[in-house]
Amino acid sequence: MEYLGQYKAVYKAKAGCEDILAKSQDGGIVTAMFAYALETGIIDGAIVAGPGDEAYKPEPMIATTVDELLAARGTKYSISPNMALIKEATRSYGLDKIGIVGTPCQIQALRKAQLYPIGLRDVPDKIALALGIFCMENFPYQGLFQMVEDHCATKIDNVTKMDIGKGKFSVYTERGVNSQIPLKVTHKYEQPGCHVCLDYVANMADISTGSVGTPDGWSTVFVRSAAGEAAFNKAVEAGWIIAESMDGVKPGLELVTKLATEKITKNQSYIEHRNHAEHAALKPLRNPYI
Amino acid sequence: MGLFDKFKSLLFGKGDVSEGTQDEKPVASKQDEPVSAMHKSPVNEAKPADMKVEQKPIIQKPKEEKPVADKITVGHVHMSGCTGCLVSLADNYEGLLTILDKYADLVYCLTLADVRHIPKMDVALVEGSVCLNDECSMEEILETRENATIVVALGGCACYGNTTRFCRGGQQNQPQHEAFLPIGDLIKVDVYIPACAPTPQQIRNVCLMAYLLLKGNDEQKALATAYLTPLMNLAAAGTEACGCDLMTEVINQGLCCGCGSCAAACTVRAVTMQYGKPQIERDLCIKCGACYAQCPRSFFSFDVCGQYESITNLIGEVMKP
Ligand SMILES: Cc1cc2nc3c(=O)[nH]c(=O)nc-3n(C[C@H](O)[C@H](O)[C@H](O)COP(=O)(O)OP(=O)(O)OC[C@H]3O[C@@H](n4cnc5c(N)ncnc54)[C@H](O)[C@@H]3O)c2cc1C
Ligand code: SF4
Ligand code: SF4
Ligand code: SF4
Ligand code: SF4
Repeated sequence: MEYLGQYKAVYKAKAGCEDILAKSQDGGIVTAMFAYALETGIIDGAIVAGPGDEAYKPEPMIATTVDELLAARGTKYSISPNMALIKEATRSYGLDKIGIVGTPCQIQALRKAQLYPIGLRDVPDKIALALGIFCMENFPYQGLFQMVEDHCATKIDNVTKMDIGKGKFSVYTERGVNSQIPLKVTHKYEQPGCHVCLDYVANMADISTGSVGTPDGWSTVFVRSAAGEAAFNKAVEAGWIIAESMDGVKPGLELVTKLATEKITKNQSYIEHRNHAEHAALKPLRNPYI
Repeated sequence: MGLFDKFKSLLFGKGDVSEGTQDEKPVASKQDEPVSAMHKSPVNEAKPADMKVEQKPIIQKPKEEKPVADKITVGHVHMSGCTGCLVSLADNYEGLLTILDKYADLVYCLTLADVRHIPKMDVALVEGSVCLNDECSMEEILETRENATIVVALGGCACYGNTTRFCRGGQQNQPQHEAFLPIGDLIKVDVYIPACAPTPQQIRNVCLMAYLLLKGNDEQKALATAYLTPLMNLAAAGTEACGCDLMTEVINQGLCCGCGSCAAACTVRAVTMQYGKPQIERDLCIKCGACYAQCPRSFFSFDVCGQYESITNLIGEVMKP
């Protein structure tokens, strides 16, 4: 198993534009890449996790302007079914060059959709830029709500940012970090489907990014495909992204590799456990991977 | 050599391929070889959930360096369907011409080819379900199985019954036509292409992969087998489909990741995403099987999907007129 997937280059990077960084989750890579791609015609719209009808409940949205991209900045630790709009983007929105951001499972779904477009007529050749975000686990909204309101004793409407890092789930309000809880408390709220997930750093994206590995305010970026490489290099040249070498960056790729390995080996053994080989009386559960 | 170049040389051999070489007939692969390959494969016996394909790299160094130039023979068999599946095949537009030009001869198709009786063919694309009250259909589905090496159920009706499941008979012209079965309830089917209508791109991919399976060298066969295995597993899994499969086979099995692919795939918009999970309007569902087959947690092959870039480039390249 290749824990970090194939990539052409890896960088420590952030957006070149302060306006993007002001409210981005980490280095603003997703927003900056899409904004650049939109401005230069690499994409004509992007599927992102926009604000929903409740605080921190994401709603998939097709952004066709930079303002809409800005409104979707920041991580919502809840499920945003971005693939649900993949056909709609080519129909109601008439996009020919689609950008999409997604967790590793969503990028897997995207690649399956391109090779097996069973119900997705005319979609496969309209995918222009797929940005993957690292992902250890995700939470149904009801679970996230409970983590914030009950465990962190914070009204979710007052939250300005959430993040997961250094073993903790942190909730920020206007006054700064308001509350932190150890991840062992949040485990029980995880979406069950995450426990069979065998990808941490979106191995099948054009470009994948996450916070782990680089200092606060920066992102770790893997440039993977030819399309990803072309777009990223141009964005760097045009100043939309500042990219530096990962050499000597702490904690660096060592930590990314460690977390990826931990996630994947744990989930692999859970998948084996579902097979119930040690229990003659139990039937195996379904294994999606062939 | 990049992956893509490897693929190209796999398909065409090392020499310049686009000109000249295509008309040279290479040693034809033995007719019975692919047949036995299909039928010996464990796919047809084992339960889909437990299926394991042998894990070997799909792309290896080509051993033979000959162009692949014989075409396969393909037929379109029209059972009780609305012709939408055939229109979808035709909606490959110039792509269809490329397929017919380079990879497949259309030897049977009531709409497009003037052949009355079902001939021997490599691949039968069967559209529609079978009406038990129509003797001719019953004969033809049997004949199709006997004459075709690979039987593909094309579209929701052939795979799962789809809208014909809702027939109650009594309609004008043929009021006694009431009982319709997906073809898999009557004959053994090798490959499924679900959805109503199936997409032009999915049909194209299956045709190209069937070509590689039947006419390619070992490595090409490995790629085609890896690609087609999930669709063969669907065929082995049964003839019933419903939006409910998202509940019974994905959510109830603890596998749903909330990606939304199912909602995008449903033609009749019976699936919406509520709090990150699919919600199925069961009365709207026509039982086409697209949502479940599209779901990344119904089947997912790291071998195939991990190579999306080179396979996509390959398809683009071979579909050039
Ligand atoms: C559930 C989840 C778990 C994560 N786990 C990790 C982790 O373990 N380690 C790590 O390094 N990084 C993790 N990340 C990624 C990290 O939080 C940032 O999203 C990433 O670094 C991008 O930051 P940015 O500043 O470049 O993006 P920004 O410019 O802030 O843009 C973020 C983009 O992500 C989209 N987005 C937000 N929430 C979701 C969602 N739920 N689903 C899909 N898209 C969404 C937004 O629409 C926006 O376009 C996780 C993200 C999510 C959503
Ligand atoms: S852990 Fe895996 S399945 Fe869960 S949201 Fe993240 S990528 Fe998807
Ligand atoms: S699957 Fe749909 S398009 Fe195909 S024959 Fe049936 S109803 Fe027509
Ligand atoms: S829910 Fe939609 S996609 Fe799924 S089987 Fe029913 S009609 Fe087909
Ligand atoms: S397609 Fe995605 S959202 Fe739908 S059932 Fe499958 S995993 Fe869940």
